[in-house]
Amino acid sequence: MRRTSRRPDAPPRAALARLLAVPALLTGLAAAVAVAAEASHEVEGRRSGWLYNSPETQALQDDEFINPGMFAVERGRTLWSTPEGSAGKSCASCHEEGSMRGVAARYPVYDEKRGGLVDLTTRVNLMRTELMGAPALGYEAADMLAMTAYLGRESLGMPMQVAVDGPARPFFEEGRAFYFARRGQLNLSCAQCHDDLAGRKLRGDTISQGQINGFPIYRLLWRAMGSRHRMFEWCNTSLRAEPYPAGSREYLSLELYVAWRGRGLPIETPAVRR
Amino acid sequence: MRRGRAAVAGLALAALAAGGGAGAAELAPLTAQPGDPARGRDVVRDLTKATCLICHALPIPEEPNPGNIGPNLAGVGARFSAGELRARVVDATTINPNTVMPPYFRTEGLNRVLARWRGQTIYSAQEVEDVVAYLGTLRQP
Repeated sequence: MRRTSRRPDAPPRAALARLLAVPALLTGLAAAVAVAAEASHEVEGRRSGWLYNSPETQALQDDEFINPGMFAVERGRTLWSTPEGSAGKSCASCHEEGSMRGVAARYPVYDEKRGGLVDLTTRVNLMRTELMGAPALGYEAADMLAMTAYLGRESLGMPMQVAVDGPARPFFEEGRAFYFARRGQLNLSCAQCHDDLAGRKLRGDTISQGQINGFPIYRLLWRAMGSRHRMFEWCNTSLRAEPYPAGSREYLSLELYVAWRGRGLPIETPAVRR
Repeated sequence: MRRGRAAVAGLALAALAAGGGAGAAELAPLTAQPGDPARGRDVVRDLTKATCLICHALPIPEEPNPGNIGPNLAGVGARFSAGELRARVVDATTINPNTVMPPYFRTEGLNRVLARWRGQTIYSAQEVEDVVAYLGTLRQP
């Protein structure tokens, strides 16, 4: 007797046809998405890291259903409306649906009260500690990355546009100086690779422009989400340079400069990178 | 110890008029013991020593996937003398201040070196000699 394992409502021929149709459909869809995406990954010569990825990694990012970073976005969406802390409030208690659109695209910002830069991570913690009566989350805590991934996703497709004038100017200049300073035993600046050598090969790796419009990213090397500052730490350590702590003034200033450097690039959080 | 040697090496730098124009700096051997090309071939592949292959192609069949930042090093032994090769390995910024090539035998004037590597050079003096000896054997372009 022949055994078949199939759903009673799916006759074998139809199932086969469906199996054959799915890859064709996906290929067509991926091609369409790739063409549409290509147009928006480059703005006036500023190129998203997406363009330096393999087609496989690009596809992993572009398909919401398989992008591993979408787990963080979904977790963030849940946290957004979950009351926490002594005030008994959630983010959604005060912030209207859709009101976060565009916020991630203009961070980091100068904060009058703190007299310094605030990035999305620090803002989330300030809201938690000062308004919700909830404890601060760790800079790279999974729930923090979920929050910033959700907030990033809310600005999907919006051009990065940070303010660098007025009180932000000194921090911007500091960030620029950081970017051009050689550091570490390997004696390299950010600019030497990401301005001058983008597209060239470091062994099997293609050097990107180091744009930050996709953060927090799901990094295959980490098998985890990571913030912009974690990437700065990783890069500095790779040069055998002493990194600065995530959330430090140095990295906030660098983040501001690098966000300005990529101005106009659409937010594509959660990006998938090597 | 290594710091001292690096300083001596700096003093030994001498620009010679012979042949190479602005890039004609030569450097005397850092050790009394001559370099061993076979050991040098291992050193240039060593992943813990900022392997040359990150940026350069080398005629090493087992290494099919080099970077393309710097020039292919096949034939480099015919293009430069041992002294010129040594100067480039020790500290290529003495030839081109804007180079992206890391200094393999220098500890001075570096910025925020990770504590684990502070005061240390990428290569030991003998490793510099081994690498220079190996590069000298690469005469076929």
